[in-house]
Amino acid sequence: MNGPHDLGGQMGFGPVAPETREPVFHADWERRALGVTLCAGALGAWTIDESRHARESLHPAIYYSASYYEIWIRALETLLERHGFVSADEIEAGRPLWPGVRPKQVLHAADVPRVLARGGPCNRPVAAAPRFREGDTVRTINAHPETHTRLPRYARGKRGVIEAVREGFVFPDTNAHGKGENPEHVYTVAFEGRELWGKGADPALTVSIDAWESYLEPA
Amino acid sequence: MTHDHDHPHDHHHDNDLDPFAARVRALETILTEKGLIDPAAIDAIIETYEHKVGPRNGARVVAKAWSDQGFAEWLAEDATAAIASLGYTGRQGEHMQAVFNTPDTHNLVVCTLCSCYPWTVLGVPPVWYKAPAYRSRAVIDPRGVLAEFGTILPETTRIRVWDSTAELRYLVVPMRPEETGHLSEDELARLVTRDSMIGTGLPLRPGALSPDALWPAGDDGEGRG
Repeated sequence: MNGPHDLGGQMGFGPVAPETREPVFHADWERRALGVTLCAGALGAWTIDESRHARESLHPAIYYSASYYEIWIRALETLLERHGFVSADEIEAGRPLWPGVRPKQVLHAADVPRVLARGGPCNRPVAAAPRFREGDTVRTINAHPETHTRLPRYARGKRGVIEAVREGFVFPDTNAHGKGENPEHVYTVAFEGRELWGKGADPALTVSIDAWESYLEPA
Repeated sequence: MTHDHDHPHDHHHDNDLDPFAARVRALETILTEKGLIDPAAIDAIIETYEHKVGPRNGARVVAKAWSDQGFAEWLAEDATAAIASLGYTGRQGEHMQAVFNTPDTHNLVVCTLCSCYPWTVLGVPPVWYKAPAYRSRAVIDPRGVLAEFGTILPETTRIRVWDSTAELRYLVVPMRPEETGHLSEDELARLVTRDSMIGTGLPLRPGALSPDALWPAGDDGEGRG
């Protein structure tokens, strides 16, 4: 979707303003927000793609005014409601009112090191041979789905070169919507700055994205 | 640390005036009382990313690559395996790619679409990495962004931006600073800043070594409080 999250090339957000001696967390609630988000994800009811889509589906005015942990929590409330664990009236009340859906698994403290050290690999075997090879010139598709996609707007309809052929990976465009993993080969595609940004571009700039095969056409 | 939800005033909070803090606390309470989450698991996750998994991991990877040509080649070829050999595996580091700065090319990592970041080697991302200013400009005006970090490169240096749009996570391996031939791997690791592994900064020079400035406060217990 052409959501507020798709930020590449947008203007007006001001300087980056890095902090000196920056803490890992800026408030105790950020610590809890990280933990709650990871623990809720470990229920196994939704995928990382669905959670990303929930975040980018926030209203743009909220997305741009929220800190990232706030974006996480707002999206988490949506996911918990969608999957029947928590209802809107409970969030309003701040306490449980209904039993809700029972989880298939709960993350306990003793399992945290193992679960974090294992992560969630999303590479998958793909039977078909890769359609493109290193060095091939390709063009990204010009598509504007209302659903989840990982092809950023600034890199749509652009000519680039396949720099690396990667493994097969879960296809987020379907997986985010419960329509299956449908793994595809992923490619690192490099674009010259001028192809993306026109005549004013930095002449010594190259930008790459990692693109699923169906984002690409021969050029 | 205890979390007794019958007595919320027992919580240690430094931001009780923030309405969002109350919202997160309420959500944690609901989920805990429904048996969906274990507050002790939350504590363990916080402990992991506040004190165990942070940019020191990445610094050790870079220092080893600087010191050991065989490891550097392995890192270039199969970063996931090379990094795992140092014990750094898992969440948001499942599929790693190391990208090496050269005299001609400087690498910079961004996630324009969300906040993808190599947690296993750098910990959780800093606020600016997830914020619109960096995400919007890193791909169109990287030199301007670098200048805001005090990193000025020659105009002829090619800037290569890696937008983490899929599940690959990128670690920048900066060039080894000059006059470091005598340093041990541990000493070299102290020169490797977090920002130099994102690409917004460069490693410290040996004379500029300032332990306080290397890593975010709290990481590995340094500079907390």
